[in-house]
Amino acid sequence: MSGSLYVYWLIFALMMIGLYIVISHGNLVKKLIGLNIFQVSVFLLYISFGKVRDGSAPIVKEGIDTYSHPLPHVLILTAIVVGVATTALGLALVVRIFEAYGSLEEDLLHERDAASGVDGPS
Amino acid sequence: MTAELPALQVVIPLLCAPLCLLFRSRTAAWLMFLLAALASLGCAVLMAGQVAGGDMLRYEMGGWEPPVGIEYVIAGFNVPLLLLVSTIAVVVAVYGRRSLESEISSSRIPLLYACLCLNLTGLLGIVSTGDVFNAFVFLEIASLSSYALIAMGKGRRALLAAFQYLVIGTVGAVFILIGVGLTYAVTGSLNMADLAARLPDAYGNRALTAGAVFVFVGFAVKMAVFPLHGWLPDAYAEAPSAVSTFLAATGTKVAIYAFMRFAFTVFGAALVFERLPLDRIGLSLASLAMLVGAAAACFQTDLKYLLAWSSVAHVGYIVAGYSLATVDGVQASYLHLINHAVIKGSLFAAAGILMLRLGSVRLEALSGLGRTMPWTFGAIAVAGLGLVGVPLTAGFVSKWALATALIDEGQGLVLAAMLVSSLLAVVYTGRIIEIGWFREPSGSTAAAGTTPVSMGVATWALVLASLYFGVDPRLPASLADAAASALLGPGGG
Amino acid sequence: MSMFVLMNLTLFGILAATAVTISRLRALYEATMLTALFSLVSASLFVLMDAVDVAFTEAAVGVGISTVLFLGVLALTRSREDVTPRIRQWPARVVVLLAGGMLVYASQDLPRFEGATTPVQVHPVTDVYLRESQDDIGVPNTVTSVLASYRAHDTLGELVVIFTAGVAVLLLLASSPGPGRREEGEGPAELVLADYRVLRVISKLLLPFILLFAFYVLFHGEYGPGGGFQAGVIFAAGFVLYGLVFGVDGARRVLPRPLAWAMIPLGILLYVVLGLAGMLLGGEFLDFQGLRPGDPQAGQHLGILLVETSVGITVAGVMVAVFFSFASRRAAR
Repeated sequence: MSGSLYVYWLIFALMMIGLYIVISHGNLVKKLIGLNIFQVSVFLLYISFGKVRDGSAPIVKEGIDTYSHPLPHVLILTAIVVGVATTALGLALVVRIFEAYGSLEEDLLHERDAASGVDGPS
Repeated sequence: MTAELPALQVVIPLLCAPLCLLFRSRTAAWLMFLLAALASLGCAVLMAGQVAGGDMLRYEMGGWEPPVGIEYVIAGFNVPLLLLVSTIAVVVAVYGRRSLESEISSSRIPLLYACLCLNLTGLLGIVSTGDVFNAFVFLEIASLSSYALIAMGKGRRALLAAFQYLVIGTVGAVFILIGVGLTYAVTGSLNMADLAARLPDAYGNRALTAGAVFVFVGFAVKMAVFPLHGWLPDAYAEAPSAVSTFLAATGTKVAIYAFMRFAFTVFGAALVFERLPLDRIGLSLASLAMLVGAAAACFQTDLKYLLAWSSVAHVGYIVAGYSLATVDGVQASYLHLINHAVIKGSLFAAAGILMLRLGSVRLEALSGLGRTMPWTFGAIAVAGLGLVGVPLTAGFVSKWALATALIDEGQGLVLAAMLVSSLLAVVYTGRIIEIGWFREPSGSTAAAGTTPVSMGVATWALVLASLYFGVDPRLPASLADAAASALLGPGGG
Repeated sequence: MSMFVLMNLTLFGILAATAVTISRLRALYEATMLTALFSLVSASLFVLMDAVDVAFTEAAVGVGISTVLFLGVLALTRSREDVTPRIRQWPARVVVLLAGGMLVYASQDLPRFEGATTPVQVHPVTDVYLRESQDDIGVPNTVTSVLASYRAHDTLGELVVIFTAGVAVLLLLASSPGPGRREEGEGPAELVLADYRVLRVISKLLLPFILLFAFYVLFHGEYGPGGGFQAGVIFAAGFVLYGLVFGVDGARRVLPRPLAWAMIPLGILLYVVLGLAGMLLGGEFLDFQGLRPGDPQAGQHLGILLVETSVGITVAGVMVAVFFSFASRRAAR
């Protein structure tokens, strides 16, 4: 049984690398990149649930009997869209933050917020 | 037409969003949002009537029977929340017109109303759906629109607050996705009722347990339960006033509902509260939230930050209620969810009036408010008493219900935390009242102009509602009762 | 099967190495290109695991759109990252250990990879999607029939998500929606790629073929990998290419701003009206059987086609609007 778990462990490793990048890096763009990696690895997990040995893509054709399951594919198509939407919004915020603060490093941003007082410049 | 209400509930606000974009004028966009809010309130009221006797409405999207297709389920457990969200939307629509015009540049207002319509759609969708993946999709609709709405706040801190909320919110959403994926791998189903039927056979499955944990951690982020509450103070405080009012009254509440729905009617209380120690964890985290939130509120120098930290504490009360996993606990939890939404909404709305008239919501700017702006100060004072839980306010009713539920289960420590937290609430509410009543108005921030009627009416409508529910709690109590029995009773899916 | 395992391991190895390198790279342009590589190799893995539609979308979106957006943002901001202070690593390690531990714990009871009798495969919906759909809907690409008919409501939600992102980016970055107004400011170094004859000629030659391919993907999505979303992204990519070479003004001459802005709500409105039509014709929201009275299968076909078209319109509009919002932002001093 454990022989077939290697795929899942590999996917989990990728997920954890992505999550690590999100949390540990202070640069906002790097965080978004890490978020991307995290999300794509989760997509791999879903797709792996649908795969059938010796199956083919779920496009019905004469003569093929075994298909991989279409439902995970549909779910992940939606999830990819959600991912790119989040990335686009995050990047728009990054552009605005850079214009307002002059930096994209989280620690520096907090410092500048603290330095400019509670109200801060607009 | 009445059979189509579950779909219309979500479709009408959804339709209004692109229309806001097409019409381009500020008034037309505002009308679209008002229309969306009124229509969803109408649908919610009609459906509340239909499920009043314990019935359940099931709607098959696309005509496909679940679990092949997606279904919407309206029953006692989500109708109160539909009513709450749509009522708050109507109030914010009335309130927001003048408030947003004063805080947002006019060219962006139509887009902002589109985002509000989208946020409303997302929230209503999460509440109505009977499919776990559909819940994830609508959760992301609500979340993405709220990131954009928060970023529109005055000042650059709103941008950073929105970004940090985006990062942690997306991590939470991906956790929910992982949890749903693990549950899917174990059962092959995405329909809540189907899962509820299949899961009890799989209770010992470790992947299922892990899936449940991931789902709950994900929702915990959205609910801002301690220790995942870090995003909330900045997000609520820096957002535009109308947005803070809307989000504070609906955002976390819908996430809490989703948590309860998943815990009780999908995974089942037997898995969540007996096999997993979620009752003990929930109660501990809730106690910490109550204490940390109230304590932090005492140290704030800005009214909106104070209110936001107070929300962290109140989420703790709600979590404590349902972590008991008893009908009384869930009922108290639901009741406080409704009451707190009304009270917090009124407070943020009052803060918005202050922002309009004074240009600032720092506590020092509130000196002598009792004399310069008596109506607004009155609203803050009365609502603040509701936060403390003074008798005759809605806050008292739900805190009492919570206290009795805790006593019944012998949770003395949690009760103590609740009392300490309420005492701290006296401190921070007292501070506001002291500054407003007993100090001289400072010349530097003089009240400019007059409060717009729409904003004043909207704020006082919520304050009066909180007083009414304090004196005559039959409406929210019966809704909460029905919700609790629907959640914990048989056939909850 | 060992060939499969070998390919699997190789691709995963590349992914892991890429991910670790991205983490350690402080040069963000390079990190972005490696992210594109990560997406591309994942797309290959999707193909290996029989998810051809997903691979197509991941390649178009993850490698195409995301990379362009990241590069655009890096051009507007700084492209090097500061060193991560040590102290940040500890919370990350704790979270990763907990989450990773939970996942490894879960993996013990996960169904066999590639198994044919897993709960996912034996659930009744499998038969409905793969076999009954041929009678009820008659579309060979079952992913399309599930996406556009069985779970059309999820696809509506997905479309609303992309619409939300479009509105949000416009809210944050666009100056004013008036037609013909000058935007925030052209980049100080207006792209002079058009000076290179090869780029100029080839991009003008390619644009009509790219747009044609987008339509092909849209209509062929019922028979092969493809569909509305991929078509919309490819359609937008054509204009993005044109914009990269000829500048935002040049692209605006080809696709005027009001038109791009109008596409965004148009698709969603079409989708919702389609759903309401199903309701008015006696079924539920998004029930396509009534669209062709007497022939439910043809009704489903028409419904699916309209769903894909509306998805394509809004997605294309949003991608173009998002790209132009970033591209026309004045680079900070």
